[in-house]
Amino acid sequence: MFVLVEMIDTVRIPPWNFQRQLNEAVAEELNKKLANKVVYNVGLCICLYDVTKLEDSYIFPGDGASHTKVHFRYVVFHPFLDEILLGKIKYCSQEGVHVTMGFFDDILIPPESLQQPAKFDEAEQVWLWEYETDEGAHDLYMDQGEDIRFRVTDEIFLDTSPTGPAAAASVEKKEPPYTLIGTICDPGLGLLSWWNS
Amino acid sequence: MEVKNANAAMLSNYEVFKLLTDLKEQRKDSGKNKHSAGQQNLNTIMYETLKYLSKTPSSRQTPEIVREFLTTMMPHKLTKAEKLQLLNHRPQTAVEIQLMVEESEERLSEEQIEELIQMVADVLPGDPEQENAAPADAEIDEAVEQS
Repeated sequence: MFVLVEMIDTVRIPPWNFQRQLNEAVAEELNKKLANKVVYNVGLCICLYDVTKLEDSYIFPGDGASHTKVHFRYVVFHPFLDEILLGKIKYCSQEGVHVTMGFFDDILIPPESLQQPAKFDEAEQVWLWEYETDEGAHDLYMDQGEDIRFRVTDEIFLDTSPTGPAAAASVEKKEPPYTLIGTICDPGLGLLSWWNS
Repeated sequence: MEVKNANAAMLSNYEVFKLLTDLKEQRKDSGKNKHSAGQQNLNTIMYETLKYLSKTPSSRQTPEIVREFLTTMMPHKLTKAEKLQLLNHRPQTAVEIQLMVEESEERLSEEQIEELIQMVADVLPGDPEQENAAPADAEIDEAVEQS
């Protein structure tokens, strides 16, 4: 679920923080910059793991702050392909089942990856699994807040850097920078209550 | 900013849990500026991730348990990703093992799957009684001789 990512960045320490230990000031700046943010093609950054190398600090003309090149490792949420994850159902829509893990929300299970046959109940806005046994068909509802086990099948990174003013006027929808696509089509996947005997 | 290595190492849920709890303690002690606007993101992600991880079996592990788990898993020739998933999820049924171990029907016999479930239940906490690894080792020896 979590990986360590080695990164290099130049950290700017403003003069009013000069009395602090360099390590602490650098750690705070890095966390301020990266925590809870998605880095393109890397994942959701959680927190700083450690600093591996601090190069010399420089002060440039016109700016009183010091600039230090830092080599560090960051804890990033980036599940690998086919990893099994546990989440909670946030809500269901025509696009599929939206799952959340608390710290990460943009997980979608599209209708074709649900346990088949699946149907969308318009009245209650919930997906259900029409489970057939010898005794007859049971409708297993995928209610909000239920724990769900799913497998990661795809990840989508979107570059959400700001575009020029012309494009910004037309594009109003906010796309999430990092989306996970999952499946619950295998035995053992889906609501935990379905498999706990 | 440059990303030198996007996949330098894999971390188990327990390692991240421990890191975040230690960081929380540290920030509690130094206390003054955690509520400034810049720190809000770190606070949010720490809170949510800790909330998620404390509900998983990984929050009850220790470094010794993880080491013991990896040593007992050695004879089964599982990939790193498979061992990591077993460590994070603590599967209790054969269905869960089949999800996490690829091609488990070909690589593991039913007996070995049962043995795996038993070992996971023994080594990883979630269970109030903890048997030590000695009986599990005896079972591994038997399975190796038979297969």
